[in-house]
Amino acid sequence: MAGVTQVQTTLNGEVINFLCEPRQSLLECLRDVLGMTGTKEGCNDGNCGACTVIMDGRIVDSCLVLGVEAEGKDITTIEGMATPEGLHPLQQSFLENAALQCGICTPGFLLASKGLLDQEPDADEGRIRHWLAGNLCRCTGYDKIVRAVLQVSKAK
Amino acid sequence: MEPFDYLSPSSIEEAVKTLASKGDQARIMAGGTDMLVQMRAGRRTAPLVVDIKEIPDLNVVSYDATNGLTLGAAVPCYKIYQDETLSAAYPGLMDAASLIGGIQIQGRATIGGNICNAAPSGDSIPVVIALGGVCNIAGPNGTRQLPVEEMCTAPGRNALADGEILVSVSIPAPQAKSGASYLRFIPRNEMDIAVVGVGSSVQLDASGQNFVSARISLASVAPTPVFAKEAGDSLAGKPVNEETIQAASELAQAAAKPISDMRGTIRQRTHLVGVLTRRTLNIAIERARGG
Amino acid sequence: MTSNQVLSEVEYNVVGTRPVRPDGVDKVTGRARYGDDTNLTGTLQAKVLRSPHPHARVKSIDTSKAEAFPGVRAVITAKDLPFASLSKEELGGDYTALKFATDHMMASDKVLFKGHPIAAIAAVNGHVAQSAMDLIEVEYEVLESVVDVREAMKPGAALLHEDLRTNDMGETADTPSNISTHMSYATGDLEKGFAEADLVMEKEYTTATVHQGYIEPHNTTAFWNSDGQLNLWTSTQGSFQVRATVSNILRLPVSQIKVTPMEIGGGFGGKITAYLDAICAVLSKKTGSPVKAIMTRTEVFEASGPAPASWMRVKIGVKNNGKITAVETEMAMDAGAYPGSPVMQAIVCAFACYDVENGKVDGYDVVVNKPKSAAYRAPGAPQAAFAVESLIDEICGELKIDPIDFRLLNAAKEGTRRIEGLVAKRIGLVECLEAARDHDHYKSKLENGTGRGVACGYWPNRGFQSSVVMTVNYDGVVSLIMGSVDIGGTRASIAQQTAETLGIAYEDVKPTVVDTDSIGYTFITGGSRTAFATGIAAISAAEDVKEQMISRAAKIWDTSEDDIEFVAGMISHKSDEELRLSFKDLARQTATTGGSITGRSSVDPSGEGNGHAVHIADVSVDQETGKTDVTRFTAIQDAGKAVHPSYVEGQMQGGAVQGIGWALNEEYFFDDTGKMLNSSFLDYRMPTSLDLPMIDTVIVEVANPGHPYGVRGVGEAAICPPMAAVANAVTSATGNRMRSLPITPGKILEAGWDSVKS
Ligand SMILES: Cc1cc2nc3c(=O)[nH]c(=O)nc-3n(C[C@H](O)[C@H](O)[C@H](O)COP(=O)(O)OP(=O)(O)OC[C@H]3O[C@@H](n4cnc5c(N)ncnc54)[C@H](O)[C@@H]3O)c2cc1C
Ligand code: FES
Ligand code: FES
Repeated sequence: MAGVTQVQTTLNGEVINFLCEPRQSLLECLRDVLGMTGTKEGCNDGNCGACTVIMDGRIVDSCLVLGVEAEGKDITTIEGMATPEGLHPLQQSFLENAALQCGICTPGFLLASKGLLDQEPDADEGRIRHWLAGNLCRCTGYDKIVRAVLQVSKAK
Repeated sequence: MEPFDYLSPSSIEEAVKTLASKGDQARIMAGGTDMLVQMRAGRRTAPLVVDIKEIPDLNVVSYDATNGLTLGAAVPCYKIYQDETLSAAYPGLMDAASLIGGIQIQGRATIGGNICNAAPSGDSIPVVIALGGVCNIAGPNGTRQLPVEEMCTAPGRNALADGEILVSVSIPAPQAKSGASYLRFIPRNEMDIAVVGVGSSVQLDASGQNFVSARISLASVAPTPVFAKEAGDSLAGKPVNEETIQAASELAQAAAKPISDMRGTIRQRTHLVGVLTRRTLNIAIERARGG
Repeated sequence: MTSNQVLSEVEYNVVGTRPVRPDGVDKVTGRARYGDDTNLTGTLQAKVLRSPHPHARVKSIDTSKAEAFPGVRAVITAKDLPFASLSKEELGGDYTALKFATDHMMASDKVLFKGHPIAAIAAVNGHVAQSAMDLIEVEYEVLESVVDVREAMKPGAALLHEDLRTNDMGETADTPSNISTHMSYATGDLEKGFAEADLVMEKEYTTATVHQGYIEPHNTTAFWNSDGQLNLWTSTQGSFQVRATVSNILRLPVSQIKVTPMEIGGGFGGKITAYLDAICAVLSKKTGSPVKAIMTRTEVFEASGPAPASWMRVKIGVKNNGKITAVETEMAMDAGAYPGSPVMQAIVCAFACYDVENGKVDGYDVVVNKPKSAAYRAPGAPQAAFAVESLIDEICGELKIDPIDFRLLNAAKEGTRRIEGLVAKRIGLVECLEAARDHDHYKSKLENGTGRGVACGYWPNRGFQSSVVMTVNYDGVVSLIMGSVDIGGTRASIAQQTAETLGIAYEDVKPTVVDTDSIGYTFITGGSRTAFATGIAAISAAEDVKEQMISRAAKIWDTSEDDIEFVAGMISHKSDEELRLSFKDLARQTATTGGSITGRSSVDPSGEGNGHAVHIADVSVDQETGKTDVTRFTAIQDAGKAVHPSYVEGQMQGGAVQGIGWALNEEYFFDDTGKMLNSSFLDYRMPTSLDLPMIDTVIVEVANPGHPYGVRGVGEAAICPPMAAVANAVTSATGNRMRSLPITPGKILEAGWDSVKS
């Protein structure tokens, strides 16, 4: 019978330890073990992107990562996006552009957009639409989300 | 999910030893994008999950213009298409690597996993077959090689024996005047399962006007990916023109044995094999002439 | 040309501006608490065992092995619900309705759809509950099932409810049937109308079962305290609705139940029915612990309420100049396993955009072995609009009349009497059509291989009860307390209406959504009612505050209230210019003039103004593969007055895109017996960002006379036109008419092959 494993990981810049069963996803570990409920579950099978986090610089669906795989990794969740100085420009832009309605998809979109702009600061509309295709939003029709990301992108 | 133990070996030997001793009690995980979904849905269970991502040999990406590419089985898709040398050498492979899932999935999903998962719709398989890819396999009895077209034996079943592991896929170096392409048809533009997929590769002569050889492979039209050998062979020695391409696409259609299901009918799929064979051949030709 | 236009009639200070929403920061930082974020100490996880069969009799259920599984704390079946143990007399009320509601939540004698709950388990965690589910032994006698609405209507079809008899225009039939209701409206002289027509066209249309597709799965946490109080924290469009349902099923007085609406991750009508609440409540009672459940995505698809599939026949007669002489339709909608499809709204909305002298509409509500359908944005109207607006496009083609001119010629206006008898008040359909006609998009040239379609949509909008309380803090900031759940920015739009009425800044209003114990009855957020009805409640509570402020000023100045006026946030003496106090100044003096000021209001307004939308869609169709891409899309809609234009645009864009999905790719696939085959987002194909262009909008503002600022609901009309707009565009691109949704690549190919044949 499988036991419990201790995992050490860097979460939003801080080294932390947590205990989990191997069968628990990173999403479960974040939400249920660590109480960080900003990362959302929409499908639990990789199709909606609501659970997107950044792991070692790449966006991944945390529902398709095991908690034990976080060992030694560097993970950013929505809770790590703003700083004490203020919101991340993408967060600010989402607010100003009304890029959220119900908001359940928002953490995933923000992390995914951050993952894009960290890597391609001048992504254009086509690139943004392609990059965000793994994130479903049912409320907005994507228009205002794409505009919000475009506003932060250096592409004009 | 049912409980399982988790192991992350750091060498092939360790992995093979564990797998051999546990038999069907152990399951290999690369990116996990198929496996975790299947386990969560109760379609697969495994008391032991062996994560192969920490094994150095499986993370190899080595390429040179004479020996070609050796692609470790644990290399996620994004590492493939972000590599500029590889992108230039194997645009057809990039077609596939950049359309599996979305960006999040590509951060995890591997070509090795795609092949081993042996879905009839696996998007990377046709183009790897078309490129003449070979699986490098390690097992309790040493290593062996198997052409990719012989890997998938039934939906969800592959040719690996107990204790065996796919280490890497080798793809020959691209020759001058060669090109490849993969296209799939899906109703959306991303995040979908291929209704039909076609991978084609061509080798043209120096003039770029005649086929020296070609390979064509199909997805989602049979219980396993189909290597449409006759279709590719029909082009050898023929001039590049609409008729020869049309004839090849008809042979590809003949090689397809699709079923009707919620994703498409037999007629639609057969029709699409024709359309996509033509389109992929044309792209491959264009690439061959450009390179 | 800008992509988002607002055609304003009247400007206000706060209403009509685009401030940042009050809950915004919490939602972009991950701090907002959604239902599944509830975490009470000692919470158990619940899982629901569901029927694998679409139709079966339940012969026996043995839960003993599951109960013995380590970590399992309780297992319940329908036997644990009051309905099973109380007599008909003790239950009271409408016995059949209560049986349906209880059985829907948990099947007793029969399962009627795949996914129908049969038992539930509470365990220390979800994995344990999941494992224990396999240990529940259920013996089924599988019955023949029926999934197609027309098949289900036939005599001899497999019967879902042996005791369901058709209510045919008020008369109850003698024999059981799957047709629960037949309803009909007529006006004028149909025969005469069709006889006068130069052209009569009649066609049949079908639409598939679709889902609202909200990203947050249903969830709830229940804690039944030992003092008898039941607490629920849940994701719902209506906390009072959940309270009513749970009260009804569990036979508890409403005062014993407190429902706290958590932030909600989308609903679109699908989060009105309470699926999990009573189940978790009973499990909590049995275990003494809080119990939480969250549906998997598969459960959401298989066991919450999709929108019905439909069959529709439409017949329209017109003069050569395009004037409609008569209309007729017959519509049948599948309600799913229990009666209650929105076919009534479908037939009422079908021709509501047009001035029709002679018409008849008939609707059939039909049960089939699918999950019970639920509301989905303008329930019933989108299907009807698809059929009617497609036929009108076909008629325009025959008569060679511009489709917007045709609609302008026939458009409903103030005073138009609809088939069901209602007379339209001031509405903005003509203005929307004119805006469409004048839009850059409509005038632009089409490229080869592309097509353009237009269509209209109508939704009546709703009023109903809302309550608001507001208190004035001594720093002049107003706390605004409401019962309306905020799904897409209503905290902002209600705060704006409050600020406007009080003449204070938007930032000085702090809205909070509270539980059912803390505010008066408030109907659901749905029906495009919240900005309108809760808005009116807020305006009238603000008026209450203003009156109290005036009486405080009267006290301070020792004068009569009649001498004081409250204008633009200033309280002043009508004749003495020296006596002036700003809202803040006066707020500071509340403690010394009689204590805090609380304004309150409970309303049930009826002046909702009808909503109209007009959409223009351009598509390109790959003739070889049948794939359609929407290349340009403009949504035009009458908002009355857009309180927060960005969120109005958001509703228009969101509705348009759901409609595009409905038009092109979304559908439930069932096998022959009614088992859903595509219960994941991979195979239930909702549009992604890559499948869409920007959605341009034009907000038309034709003030609703029933609201102080002219507000009309905007949430629903936007999903009515897209299906026909896209279908008409596909016809324009391919020459083939598509009368069955979704218009998949396969269907487009088939239509092409058929047209070559013929
Ligand atoms: C949202 C989503 C979208 C997707 N979209 C696509 C798509 O567009 N096209 C497509 O083709 N697929 C798609 N997939 C499926 C999946 O992502 C791919 O098949 C992927 O390539 C699998 O790789 P993996 O590394 O994640 O495999 P894993 O899940 O880790 O493994 C897959 C299978 O192969 C076995 N295996 C893996 N590596 C080895 C090895 N080295 N040796 C022996 N056996 C091994 C595993 O035991 C398992 O049975 C999608 C999946 C999801 C969740
Ligand atoms: S919850 Fe992980 S992708 Fe949907
Ligand atoms: S805002 Fe609701 S799903 Fe995106």
